[in-house]
Amino acid sequence: MIQYLKNIWSGLSSTFTGMRITSGHLFVKKVTIQYPDQRFPIPSNARNRLVLTPERCTGCNLCVVACPVNCILLETVRVVPDDPHQELYENGQPRKMWITRYEMDFAKCCFCGLCQAACPSDAINHTTDFEYSAYDRADLYYKYQTLTPEQAAEKERLLAEFKAKDKPAVAKKTEKAADHPVTAAPDKAATQTLTDKEPAPEA
Amino acid sequence: MEKTNFIWDMFGTNIWTVLAVISLPLLFVLVYALIAILAELKVSAWIQERVGPMRTGPYGILQPIAEVVKLIQKEDITPDLSSKLLYNLAPFIIFTGAYAAFAVIPFSEAFVPAGIDVGLFYVFAIGSISAMGIVMGGWASNNKYSLMGAMRSVSQLISYEIPAALAVLSIVVLASSMNMQEISRAQTGWFWNWFIFGGPGDWTKVWVVPFTLALAITYFIASLAETNRVPFDIPEGESELVAGFHTEYSGMKFAMFFFAEYANMFVVAAILTTIFLGGWNSPFGDFMQGPWWGAMWFISKSFFIVLIQIWIRWTLPRYRVDQLMYLGWKVLLPVALVCFLAISLFVMIK
Repeated sequence: MIQYLKNIWSGLSSTFTGMRITSGHLFVKKVTIQYPDQRFPIPSNARNRLVLTPERCTGCNLCVVACPVNCILLETVRVVPDDPHQELYENGQPRKMWITRYEMDFAKCCFCGLCQAACPSDAINHTTDFEYSAYDRADLYYKYQTLTPEQAAEKERLLAEFKAKDKPAVAKKTEKAADHPVTAAPDKAATQTLTDKEPAPEA
Repeated sequence: MEKTNFIWDMFGTNIWTVLAVISLPLLFVLVYALIAILAELKVSAWIQERVGPMRTGPYGILQPIAEVVKLIQKEDITPDLSSKLLYNLAPFIIFTGAYAAFAVIPFSEAFVPAGIDVGLFYVFAIGSISAMGIVMGGWASNNKYSLMGAMRSVSQLISYEIPAALAVLSIVVLASSMNMQEISRAQTGWFWNWFIFGGPGDWTKVWVVPFTLALAITYFIASLAETNRVPFDIPEGESELVAGFHTEYSGMKFAMFFFAEYANMFVVAAILTTIFLGGWNSPFGDFMQGPWWGAMWFISKSFFIVLIQIWIRWTLPRYRVDQLMYLGWKVLLPVALVCFLAISLFVMIK
């Protein structure tokens, strides 16, 4: 009998305790953030949208090598000394490589941050901008080259002319050229595209 | 005949006034259900430290309207192997049962749709109709979960009707009337005249105060079980029975069940208000007493009870079936019986 009454009492009192607890939560400040209207601060080192600063990019190809999902595509053309169009990097140094293509399939990006760590000139960065969703996957294909395709073709032509003129000099410096495998690859690409286009300027 | 209905006093008794008397509570139920749904959404959100609906209208106050519109738009499915007539009839029977109880609820001293002398008895009689609707819906759905939910619901309703009826009966003994308007009138004056505090009378009533308090709690717990609210919502326990007796219902028929649940909540809250909390009486003597103020007091008291029901829903977990039966038969029934005998004894000696 005592146990029975104790049971009833504990049932009632625990109900009131529970109701006191829930009523305590009724009028406290809510934890909800009304997202599109209210925002919360994102840490400055958050890895969200990947952005390239073309004025800093030297075209060194390290980010392409670092990327585990191969989402970056880079094509470069060496700057010819007698080209009237010369550019400076952001830090004032003269540009040595034209970036003819720098394309990023951002839908593939896995936000590992390895490209950012690999970049020697701090050109590629994850920003805190996270609202980049798109209805079409093509909208997530970012193109960062500053040169138009016509300009890129022009640069390639200039480089080919320069090479043809300096063939003996280049032949002498083959050992030195072997020291720069990075530049060798775009050169190859340049010569390939050149062979495709060669008949056009001559004709 | 006593003046219990301002519409008949003012416009006489004809077909139009009868229609008005019938439709006035319906209008009230529609508005009340929307407010109660909003209260349910908001209170549940606040208890969980969320903000609840915020996008429909200022502070989301139009959310219940949006939900009703959504339910109306939804496809109305009748299962192939169901018993079509019973299946389609069940939601309306349940709502009729819930709505019929409004006939005797005294909203104000000048308005009770039907001031019959056996009002409380009528409420309990009509309350069983919704049990019929539940078992109809559960059986006609031809779904094992629906049938189990319906069986649980009916067993629960029958077991908790007894303590609830005993609690009401004690007040009937104390007030010597079953007319809800008479019971309300008996509690006129300050709030210590309410039956939860022993009703009107001299200091000797302190002997019944503990019993009436216990009866009020008993009736409140039993009414939670009768309306299938948490913590007694095992008929629709989603972890065991999908959604209980309304598993197969969709669209407007589901909305009728939903509506009936909220209407039932108000009915039990109104009965609790009438027999324990002074009905349409002001708590402060003659202050703000009168027909219009009466309606205000009655509705706010009832809505306060509905809010407590919602509050409890978001506080307590669900009972097991055996715990529910234990609570009903071994705790509430003896408590109600003891209180009933004590109050009867008090009334006899007095």
